[in-house]
Amino acid sequence: MALSRSWKDITRGLGGEHSDLVPVLQRTQAAYGFLAPSAIGRIARWLKVSESEVYGVATFYAQFRFTPPGRHHLRVCLGTACHVKGGEQMLDLATRKLGVRAGDTTADGEYDLERVACLGCCALAPVVVIDDRTYAQMNVLKLQGVLDGHHES
Amino acid sequence: MATTSLDDRRRAAAAKWQALSASARPVIYVGMGSCGLAAGAGDVLAAIAEHLQQHRLAADIVSVGCIGPCYLEPLVDVQMPGRPRISYSNVTADLARRLVDSFLVRGEVPKSHLVGHFGEAAHDGVPRFFDHPMLKSQVRIVLRNCGIIDPADIDHYLARDGYRALERAVSMKCADVLDLVRRAGLRGRGGAGFPTWRKWLTCRETPADRRYLICNADEGDPGAFMNRSLIEGDPHALLEGMLIAGYVIGATKGYVYIRAEYPLAIERLRPALAAMRDLRLLGDRILGTDFSFDITIKEGAGAFVCGEETALIASIEGRRGMPRTRPPFPAVEGLWGQPTIINNVETLATLPHIVRNGPEWYAQYGTESSKGTKTFSLVGKVRRTGLIEVPLGTTLRKVIYDIGGGMAKEFRAVQTGGPSGGCLGEEFLDTPIDYENLAAAGSIMGSGGLIVLDRNTCIVDTAKYFLSFTQAESCGKCVPCRVGTRHLVDILDRICAGRGELADLDRLERLGRAIKGGALCGLGQTAPNPVLSSLKYFRGEFLSHIVDRRCPAAVCRDLVVYRIIKDKCTGCQRCVQVCPTQAIVGPRSEPHNLDESKCIKCRSCYEICRFDAIAGDAIVIESRG
Repeated sequence: MALSRSWKDITRGLGGEHSDLVPVLQRTQAAYGFLAPSAIGRIARWLKVSESEVYGVATFYAQFRFTPPGRHHLRVCLGTACHVKGGEQMLDLATRKLGVRAGDTTADGEYDLERVACLGCCALAPVVVIDDRTYAQMNVLKLQGVLDGHHES
Repeated sequence: MATTSLDDRRRAAAAKWQALSASARPVIYVGMGSCGLAAGAGDVLAAIAEHLQQHRLAADIVSVGCIGPCYLEPLVDVQMPGRPRISYSNVTADLARRLVDSFLVRGEVPKSHLVGHFGEAAHDGVPRFFDHPMLKSQVRIVLRNCGIIDPADIDHYLARDGYRALERAVSMKCADVLDLVRRAGLRGRGGAGFPTWRKWLTCRETPADRRYLICNADEGDPGAFMNRSLIEGDPHALLEGMLIAGYVIGATKGYVYIRAEYPLAIERLRPALAAMRDLRLLGDRILGTDFSFDITIKEGAGAFVCGEETALIASIEGRRGMPRTRPPFPAVEGLWGQPTIINNVETLATLPHIVRNGPEWYAQYGTESSKGTKTFSLVGKVRRTGLIEVPLGTTLRKVIYDIGGGMAKEFRAVQTGGPSGGCLGEEFLDTPIDYENLAAAGSIMGSGGLIVLDRNTCIVDTAKYFLSFTQAESCGKCVPCRVGTRHLVDILDRICAGRGELADLDRLERLGRAIKGGALCGLGQTAPNPVLSSLKYFRGEFLSHIVDRRCPAAVCRDLVVYRIIKDKCTGCQRCVQVCPTQAIVGPRSEPHNLDESKCIKCRSCYEICRFDAIAGDAIVIESRG
């Protein structure tokens, strides 16, 4: 992740309109991994709105996070198809293995665990995604293998 | 001038397409949609490229989108010179290498994993791809290019009549194009089914300086992926449709509001827009006419409610995505107070076909009130899962059994319309799918999710699932939705845990009706549907949970037990090894024991007992009592 991306890069092509708020939050998070209080202040000053307004918008959307992310991002899909095919058990297993609840980061900063509503791979449910790699048609045993393998590598 | 250059480019594109489909070199097509990638298409593609290079074999590789039967992914097609494309399913890296060797080295057509060829007639005993049972009764209009063309190459789209509809539209009066859409009978594919032309007319007739067009690609219904697949497989169909719609309503600016969970679809749209700019299909004076139009991508930030028109507008404006009361409707007062049309991806992608082939041609499909075709994501317990397109009016039975191949276990229900829809049981299987019929049955057609449930799916749990979803996604602006859905979830939680009482059923119904009547927007007004429809058609299942404290499908965790059938247990110890809580004990070769007090119902033992070759199916999950 390019942590050196400057504010100039983040705001490139944006005019400072109010409608740029969500895009600028997205770019900030893409650059730093999360929205730090200092970043919120910066955005507020840039858009000439209050920090509470920026927080208000940022906290409304599920995409934004306010704490540093783990090194790996584990997402368990709980869309309808995944749910009826046992997605809940995948989440249970991931919770047990990583020792954190959905929405949290492991103490060693290695993994984020997130439950998502639908990734659109419903025909191959249940689905688990680690970073950018999708694991389809999972079951408890397969996921166990994936997690063990991932831990070691 | 601009028209001439598009003509030139189209001629070149046609030659390029012809050269590809009648290539003197072998061509290998790999399905690289999200489903294909999830199933491992990335590794397959890499393996093919490496294998070709290693053995100095000459062949072209083309990445295509999803052709529909996702359960067959990864799909790889091989096209030898002078022969049609032949498709293979569930291809692994290893199989891909063998396919390459068979075709390119030995000149053989392997029979294993073969799906069919893309030619016209039967061919060397190889069936036609489109005669496959999942595809045979489909009518592919919107999906005609998906899986066939390289979505990243505008030439492929142009070679297959791409942007001809736009040329035709801009040569006509706006009102005449609107009339085409009226005669075609096109209705909104996002779920509400409002006649597209009427919405457009309102927008056109509202005096304004500027008008906007928004494509709603915030496909938020869990279990639905029609729009994702369409954008990934044929982005220009949507973009051409947006130009046509923009022309008719007199908009100068269009937005694609797309959910961030669809990175590949966004990745397809960006270069597609750039390719359009190169051909001057975007910007000022498109095709040499007075029509100027530009399109911007707006990435959603994860809020289901933003599928609602006014919430979506708030989100684009940089505010919390909360809906407001309507009227005024966005067609009158929308984005930045200007008349705005919000159309679904599929609605827009259908427009080029209507304009090119005429409204009568389109209206030959479908029913009296619901014309044309509709895409559905057919998923759940059905055998053949994937994306399909059928004429409206096709029965649920035909979709589930003929196209989907039925299910391994007994049919229980089909869930339509996502969190705004409901579960329909056996008695509705012969219902033709259209807007009116599904609404009359107490569900909705919605945007196209069809989730098939078998007897191992608990209806109460499914209703609870949807309510938990809408509850979590409620924006909190109005009380009926914010507080009401919370109470519905609490009651359903209680019932699923075996702590329900009979009066709860009445509470669910009264509360559900109150939310429907009192909520501000479509999310809240339809949120109780999954509960109300289930109560209507599957009351017995609620009663089992409440009166008998049993879950007939053996799903609700507090109501099931795991048991080892002693006669079947071979004592292989596989379950002992996988049990995370040491709930199973037993010496090798003797029936094991499961200590219920330690069991956390994680399903590991159940699965290993079924899928492992050594073990049998000695572990069962049963309802208590």
